Amino acid sequence: MLNIENLHLSFGGIKALQGINFEAREGEITGVIGPNGAGKTSLFNVISGFYAPGQGRVSFGGRDITTMSPDKRAALGVARTFQNIALFRGMTVLDNIKLGGHTRLQTNVWQALRYFGAAQREELELRREIEERVIDFLEIDHIRKFPITMLPYGLQKRVELGRALAMRPKVLLLDEPVAGMNREETADMARFILDVQEQFGTTILLVEHDMHMVMDICSHIVVLNFGQQIASGTPAEVSKDPAVIEAYLGAAA
Amino acid sequence: MINANLKNSYAADERVLNNTYKQMFVYGMMIVLALFTFFANDYMILIASQMGILLIAVVGINILTGYTGLVSLGHGAFVAIGAYSVTIFANLAEGIIPAGVMPFFAMPFAVALAALIGVLVGLPSLRVKGLYLAVATLAANFIVIFLIEEDLFQPWTGGMVGLTTHAPNFFGWVLDTKREMFGMIAVIGFLALLAAQNLIRTRIGRAFIAIRDRDYSAEILGISLLRYKLTSFALSAAYCGLAGALLAYFFARILPEQFELTLSLNLVAALIIGGMGRSMGPVFGVIIVVLVPELIKVLFSSAVGGSASAAQFRAPLQEIAFGLLLVLFLLKEPLGINQIVDRILRAANRWPFARG
Ligand SMILES: Nc1ncnc2c1ncn2[C@@H]1O[C@H](COP(=O)(O)OP(=O)(O)O)[C@@H](O)[C@H]1O
Ligand SMILES: [Mg+2]
Repeated sequence: MLNIENLHLSFGGIKALQGINFEAREGEITGVIGPNGAGKTSLFNVISGFYAPGQGRVSFGGRDITTMSPDKRAALGVARTFQNIALFRGMTVLDNIKLGGHTRLQTNVWQALRYFGAAQREELELRREIEERVIDFLEIDHIRKFPITMLPYGLQKRVELGRALAMRPKVLLLDEPVAGMNREETADMARFILDVQEQFGTTILLVEHDMHMVMDICSHIVVLNFGQQIASGTPAEVSKDPAVIEAYLGAAA
Repeated sequence: MINANLKNSYAADERVLNNTYKQMFVYGMMIVLALFTFFANDYMILIASQMGILLIAVVGINILTGYTGLVSLGHGAFVAIGAYSVTIFANLAEGIIPAGVMPFFAMPFAVALAALIGVLVGLPSLRVKGLYLAVATLAANFIVIFLIEEDLFQPWTGGMVGLTTHAPNFFGWVLDTKREMFGMIAVIGFLALLAAQNLIRTRIGRAFIAIRDRDYSAEILGISLLRYKLTSFALSAAYCGLAGALLAYFFARILPEQFELTLSLNLVAALIIGGMGRSMGPVFGVIIVVLVPELIKVLFSSAVGGSASAAQFRAPLQEIAFGLLLVLFLLKEPLGINQIVDRILRAANRWPFARG
């Protein structure tokens, strides 16, 4: 589904990614782990089109998207959330989520200025879909009219997931979705991620620090360290890998 | 009714006037405006017309600066383009297009030309932000005024002497009084405000706000920065162009100096005072920006009793008062008067169940 081939990226002297190779398989949850500064977020930035890799290829559904702009990748069905929440703080929860539907809507400037007719039909249809598919699903009915700034951190993370879901993504990139959450919030989020995979069949790529969660919900794990891919395989394989224990589990223990 | 915000359908929830206070306010204003058109004296009509014209331009600035977060200090240029092109078009097309339908061609032409040049002026916004963009747009203002005054174009623009604009003629109805003209400005102004509000509640407006709040996040949702920044520039320029066309009709005489930096700054000031990125911000802002200098004029002349030597201090005094007002808002209420009104309305909405 999403193929990463021999990816290299550097910032001046810093080699952030050095020869990354893996596939996020269709309908599965693939985990990307590694200590801080390993290059996980950089990898996401290359996949979503913010950074151009020095070398290598990103392809999606068989199509090479390495040089495509971020907005075009989004239109193809690549959605993501950010490690530091990147919601639109001047808007309500509802408007933030509606933005996820942007590329599917057709309303042009003329129709928008008039509103009545095509624009209204489309807006109401979007509202209905979001209410059912996102707001009910993520159990955020009670906050839909709240400005983002009034929400606690955990809920903001959930709204950001909602905005990504409203894109009806084919592949969903989640950058540390439970970072900074307490145990209960983490469990909730893990359940939502599993539900997304089950109900919508979405391919998920998950960057996470919380090892328990990664081991629990991922079917395949890629381990990065200092920009290098030191292991990849099932959770069981990866957790037995000496290089992984050395670099990551060992350091955490 | 316990709460004026209760809804029972998505359609009701998505309306512009989504609570009874807003509805009452807008319908009340429409009645007041209609009565005003018939009964106000000439002085009030003059003031209100200025407000209406300025309002349309500030609504455009609100789309660009308030909602898309792009600052322009040069939008006076588009008011100029609207004013000059509506006049020059009518002059050149005289005899080809019948007088009774001329405004139906001249006004759209003026608006479209302003929008087109708006796209050009907006191009730097793809590379630069904030102060740099402000300077780039400022340059556009100077260039447009320079071209209007340029000898080469003088046969069409009248150079420093300016142009005379004929009163608009709608199927033989010539709007040759300021009162009739005000009627037209009020209707167009109302529609322009409504259209902007419509825009903001659809995907286009949301895309603008997304770019303002966090541009990289907008991109990962599939919003093309190129396309929407230029659309925002085109729309805001179109609104300013429309304001310019009405200004030319209303004053019947246009001069390059009317469209210089002062106008561009006034547009931005009105938006800051009224409330950036708020639907009624331009309305409140324009009322203040037009009324304050007028009040100072009245107070000043009653204080000095029309002494000619004192009169020279009036203009600087107006500017100082204006500057102070602006600073006061930036420091005390950066969200403008709209925010103050919202607070009052929210309190009214809860009353008598709660206070605050
Ligand atoms: N925009 C950037 N400019 C320069 N260096 C960067 C940039 N983004 C990331 N890096 C560097 O690349 C390396 C990987 O960072 P990152 O991808 O954020 O790691 P992770 O998400 O795994 O913690 C780090 O050394 C970081 O300092
Ligand atoms: Mg990171």
